[in-house]
Amino acid sequence: MGKQRIELHVNGCKRHVESYPMARLLDVLREQLELTGTKEGCGEGECGACAVLLDGELVNSCLVPVLQVDGRDILTIEGLQDGGHLHPLQEAFAEAGGTQCGICTPGMILASYHLLKLHPHPTEEQIREGLAGNLCRCTGYQKILDAVKQASQRAAGD
Amino acid sequence: MRAYVPEYDLETPKTLDDVLRLLAREPGVWKPIAGGTDLMVLFEAGQLRHRNLLSLSRIPELGGITASETHVTLGALTTYTEIQRSELMRREFPLLVKAASWTGAVATQNRGTLAGNIANGSPAADSPPALLVYDADIVLLSERDPRWLRYSHFHTGYKTNLMEQDEIISHISLPRTTAGCVQYLRKVGTRKAQAISKVALAGLAMIHTGTLERIRIALGSVAPMPIRCHRTEAVLTGRVLDQAAIDEAKSAIASEISPIDDIRSTAEYRKRVTVNLLDEFLTSMITEFKSTGRSRSRFGNEAEPRP
Repeated sequence: MGKQRIELHVNGCKRHVESYPMARLLDVLREQLELTGTKEGCGEGECGACAVLLDGELVNSCLVPVLQVDGRDILTIEGLQDGGHLHPLQEAFAEAGGTQCGICTPGMILASYHLLKLHPHPTEEQIREGLAGNLCRCTGYQKILDAVKQASQRAAGD
Repeated sequence: MRAYVPEYDLETPKTLDDVLRLLAREPGVWKPIAGGTDLMVLFEAGQLRHRNLLSLSRIPELGGITASETHVTLGALTTYTEIQRSELMRREFPLLVKAASWTGAVATQNRGTLAGNIANGSPAADSPPALLVYDADIVLLSERDPRWLRYSHFHTGYKTNLMEQDEIISHISLPRTTAGCVQYLRKVGTRKAQAISKVALAGLAMIHTGTLERIRIALGSVAPMPIRCHRTEAVLTGRVLDQAAIDEAKSAIASEISPIDDIRSTAEYRKRVTVNLLDEFLTSMITEFKSTGRSRSRFGNEAEPRP
């Protein structure tokens, strides 16, 4: 099967790629668009390291054939910062020590971003459910939960 | 071994007619794909048999939750997230909402579809026991006449079903007859999140003047496919719910399942937990009726209880 020209709206920019239709969104982001912030962990939708937002909804990019997202909006971890300033969630993860080896961090932060959009003031239970699909093999969960709470409280204070 | 991507084709038709035409022209060649949460796992592992995939994701007629006076109808593309967000579903079909919340985690729920869960046909899937006790119907479309099937007849064995190769699931239809029913669903898995069930039991009962006027019981992970427990239901229907009835029902359910030993659990454990879940469902009805005289829903999703 031949490659097709596919248009993606990534982090607010229109990007065109020539790609096989069943190529995984994860691979297109990393290898063709050089957005290597999105990580591959398990490759089977269990770990959340490859999570991105597709039209505002959290998805695992390892399970998305790229042709299905032709013309749709994708937000990766690179798109969260604003003019060189870290997003409050990124700052909170850094300050709370919510990042160790860093492989789970982009997915964790995007899952947290998705959670806080739905529940700006989440309960502990809601945070745990919102991040249940993101695994941290360093087991640094407590500081990750602290980071999400901190970001939520800071947003409330602003 | 990973899949070799250039060997695979994916078509993304924009109309239902185009989908059905392609399936009719080359039956068995094209595999429908929606959210990809099952098929892409097989693809990545190099185990996806089909080389030609047909995306349903752009067909508007296959989406949405609609209600008539008698039925709630879910389009094939309805995601687990949409089920959970629907006020109507939460009010009338809470077991399906609960099952949707147990299917993977958020990212899977945002992409995975109810019809995909049915078509994939895993005996351990989360939504089938709820669909079975709600007495769901399935609508199949092809270039021939549409077919309505009772969901309880749909699965015929391990990952086999009554769907023909030129058909797709277009809708799932639920009769709006849950008012006043006791509803129960419990899944037992290794951990609460992201775990595939070892046993899941759904129950729905209507009690009228002290007897079980109607009762439906369904199970996941204890047979080659999700099953309705007709013999157990027959034991209980029309009975006063007392200890003798419960004991008889427990024997019946143990005889109508065929669990296996596998990576997730053992046949013995599954049988014991099945009987215990039935006991919990039925016993809770006795105590609830004594204490309140009203029906309530009961749910649970816990890591292994004591057998």
